[in-house]
Amino acid sequence: MDKIVRNLLIGLGVMIVLVPLGLLATGETFGEWANEELQEKLGFVPHGLEQLASLWSAPIPEYAFPEDEPKTGKVAAYYISAIVGAIICAGLLYFIGKRVAKA
Amino acid sequence: MHIPDGYLGPITIIVTWLIMIPIWAMAGKKLNAELRSKQVPLLALAAAFSFVIMMFNLPVPGGSTGHAVGGAIIGIVLGPWAAVIAISVALVLQALMFGDGGITAIAANCLNMAVIMPFIAFYTYKFISRDSEITSSKRVTAAAIAGYVSLTLAALMTAFMFGIQPILHTNENGVPLYMPYSLNITMLTMGIEHIFGFSILEALVTALIFAYIQKTDSSILYEEVAASKTGKSERPAPA
Repeated sequence: MDKIVRNLLIGLGVMIVLVPLGLLATGETFGEWANEELQEKLGFVPHGLEQLASLWSAPIPEYAFPEDEPKTGKVAAYYISAIVGAIICAGLLYFIGKRVAKA
Repeated sequence: MHIPDGYLGPITIIVTWLIMIPIWAMAGKKLNAELRSKQVPLLALAAAFSFVIMMFNLPVPGGSTGHAVGGAIIGIVLGPWAAVIAISVALVLQALMFGDGGITAIAANCLNMAVIMPFIAFYTYKFISRDSEITSSKRVTAAAIAGYVSLTLAALMTAFMFGIQPILHTNENGVPLYMPYSLNITMLTMGIEHIFGFSILEALVTALIFAYIQKTDSSILYEEVAASKTGKSERPAPA
């Protein structure tokens, strides 16, 4: 393996180790409010938004297992999400890349 | 910056998918024609890196949060077309598996973060670094500015998509059906959050990784690859 690839891979590993830091920021991103938050902010939930909002049920919504309330469970789910996400992304592109790459 | 389902109305959803389908096709074609096996591990790493960096939520005053995207450094290192593929894969996975970004908004989110961002970053970087030495520190500055500008513009484009919803879709009483906030609010809020917050982080991340690659093996940088292929490179071809 190239030295640079190995070192970047180590860098990615360090990022994954640190990923729970991303949980420290509470509050909701602008434009990504849940229906209840909109209800609180506006006093209503826009009709079209309400209809579309629950279109898709993700298996690990917001990088958390829905039943996990304690902080440790959240951290574990965040780790699992980061690892699973990184492996699928890298694996998929490695596979596709190897098939299409020219020497 | 991941637009969820329900925030964009049908017009924006349809238009963004119509824009993205040919872009993905083009990106696939480019990848097929240009990808070298030496770049494959980098492409794989880039997608994983983009996925993980977006999980680092940062708070900003006012109770909102956001994150860097990594789209600038990927655009600079792998070239904008390969970046389209790498970041799109991360965004699609985030939407399907983690509900981060809506499935109807996949095209809109990809347009902002996987197209606008790496293209703006790549050309900003190229424009500022011009024909400076590949090892020049000017290029690190160029990469930082590219990161800053590209995330800011991607955020403003997201804000634009949000902000046109109350213009496009209201019910008979004028009540918004989708994103309720108007253009001036969305542009101002997302503009400020990024200009004074997340874009600075993106600039730092871009400069840091760029400087490392520049120091270690600048032959992997996209521009160099393209230049050496057409024989325009002034440097000897990498061994």
